[in-house]
Amino acid sequence: MLGRLRILFRGLARGRSAVIGVPYLWLLVFFLLPFLIVARISVSEMENVAFKDLITFKDGLLQLSLKFSGYRFIAEDSLYFDTYLRSLKYAGATTLLCLAIGYPFAYFMARARATVQPALLMLVMLPFWTSFLLRVYAWKGLLSENGWVESVIVGSGLDHWLVAAGLIEAPGRLMNTPFSLVLGMTYTYLPFMVLPLYANLAKMDLRLLEAAADLGATAWVAFWKITVPLSKAGIIAGSMLVFIPCVGEFVIPELLGGPSTLMIGRVMWDEFFSNNDWPMAASVAVVMVLLIIVPLAIFNKYQAESQEGRR
Amino acid sequence: MSAQPFLQIQDVVKDFNGHLAVNHVSLEIIKGEIFALLGPSGCGKSTLLRMLAGFETPTSGRIVLEGQDLAGMPAYECPMNMMFQSYALFPHMSVWDNVAFGPRRSGMSKAEVAERVEEMLKLVQLGKYAKRKPHQLSGGQQQRVALARSLAKKPQLLLLDEPLGALDKKLREETQIELVNIIEQVGVTCVMVTHDQEEAMTMASRMAVMSEGRFLQVGAPADIYETPTSRFVADFIGNVNLMDGTLDVDAPDHCIIGCADVKHYVGHGITGTEGMAVTIALRPEKIALAREAPADSAFNAVQCTVKEMSYFGSFTVYHVLLASGAQLKISQANTERHSDSALTWGDRAWAHWSPSAHVVLTA
Repeated sequence: MLGRLRILFRGLARGRSAVIGVPYLWLLVFFLLPFLIVARISVSEMENVAFKDLITFKDGLLQLSLKFSGYRFIAEDSLYFDTYLRSLKYAGATTLLCLAIGYPFAYFMARARATVQPALLMLVMLPFWTSFLLRVYAWKGLLSENGWVESVIVGSGLDHWLVAAGLIEAPGRLMNTPFSLVLGMTYTYLPFMVLPLYANLAKMDLRLLEAAADLGATAWVAFWKITVPLSKAGIIAGSMLVFIPCVGEFVIPELLGGPSTLMIGRVMWDEFFSNNDWPMAASVAVVMVLLIIVPLAIFNKYQAESQEGRR
Repeated sequence: MSAQPFLQIQDVVKDFNGHLAVNHVSLEIIKGEIFALLGPSGCGKSTLLRMLAGFETPTSGRIVLEGQDLAGMPAYECPMNMMFQSYALFPHMSVWDNVAFGPRRSGMSKAEVAERVEEMLKLVQLGKYAKRKPHQLSGGQQQRVALARSLAKKPQLLLLDEPLGALDKKLREETQIELVNIIEQVGVTCVMVTHDQEEAMTMASRMAVMSEGRFLQVGAPADIYETPTSRFVADFIGNVNLMDGTLDVDAPDHCIIGCADVKHYVGHGITGTEGMAVTIALRPEKIALAREAPADSAFNAVQCTVKEMSYFGSFTVYHVLLASGAQLKISQANTERHSDSALTWGDRAWAHWSPSAHVVLTA
């Protein structure tokens, strides 16, 4: 009897580790392992077309050779630093814009009548039915000379404001500027902001707003004191889904950006395919991943602690 | 009643797309009383409470608080606060911030807010828990936070929506008394909504029984229990045996009502015509059950068979079968331990009651 129980418990323990193990295995095989391979390449030395082994054992000498010239180059050449900064800046601007447009969007969707919500949700996802490349390419037509968006903006004199804001260089020229780049990224990534926000806002307990009103809060105060703090998880999820891919974005800057909007994705491409310097390219990639992951990890830890509350 | 009415509900109607959730209701509430709205779910009691809180606007009628008409006043300006069903505490705020939410909205200084919050937490004995989040508290503690939050603005009128509905039975009984003590200590006038008659009867000084948007009866709990005026109220409040019969004799000092199994002698006259159909309501605890026939078995006595019995410790409820197949519920206090004469399943017995035990219902 006891033995049988023990077998049962062992089976349960095994089942539990399988449930936890599968996603971990997935992350291990498809994220950590590739990252380690890239990291290995970043410290390797090239020998014709192959990489030299990191650890060699010859004549009784065990040798570990790591080549950090890629990282040193990144630290020394201001091109890399500036490009990282620019990537973070455009990704940040895109995230803020997506949040500014996506929050009211998701809010009204979540507060719409239950019968129209599936239709609104469908509308958000509809753009995915057309290739992303085509949609970005379409902006080229809309923003270049004689495109109707360009005509509206130039016709209304809005382009002078954009010049003043430093988003375009000269009036009348919208394409290949920070403006067209951020516009394209905002347009492309907006659904990734709207969907998690909607999921979060739709499940909010509306009686909390009644309680706030009962205690003397106007609708505006209740929104800032109750709705926004409670949708923090949705804001964070949406912002990450927009920010992270935007930092490494390659296609949109290629199609809509210009000489002044060089982003880190393009630099990587050049290192890989123009310079054929894989260790250098891998170094750039590793720094980018660390640049995103380290702040996120710190943020997550802080977040988990504040969630726990103080006793 | 000599006291000046504090809250007046005047002919209030709430129409939800043709459905009258509240149907021409009028009520006056006196300062300092705890008033309960009692009724089954869907009777309109919550809608009435929500109109008092300002969440709903009456379709017609007026709600007047100390001479001030509240119609059309938005919830955030109403001088009344509500304790919500299952509390609606703000989950992202600490206990302290939850209680401080109201005072902060009323333009008090930081020091005044802090003073008020400390006072409220002391009142509900939660000072130690000020920094916790609501999800770290037990159900009873959450209930007290909700109470403190709704009292923090010193409302003129406190509204309670099913205040104890989320607690288990044992805790509910303790909390009822504690809640009444706190409300009386603060001295706030209180309107509560509940579907639990025990809760209404223990807490309220007066109550209204509602059904289908109307008040069926308004009065003190004892009056409603002992002299219900309708079948619904008699049946809804407590347990009751209802027997249909006809009015045989109607004298000024008594009347006799004939039912299928028994003739009732009622010790007071009623205003009715002989031969009219009436209903007798008889509370289970007002019936005596014995093996022997009473001295006078012509009236208010009937022979029966014990069909079911449920032992509750302090009392036992018998379900007895009458000759016609009708059943009576009888509850008997267990005043003796292991009584030898105790009745059991299948025993023949006599049920009898006094001429003052009945309520004659003509509606």
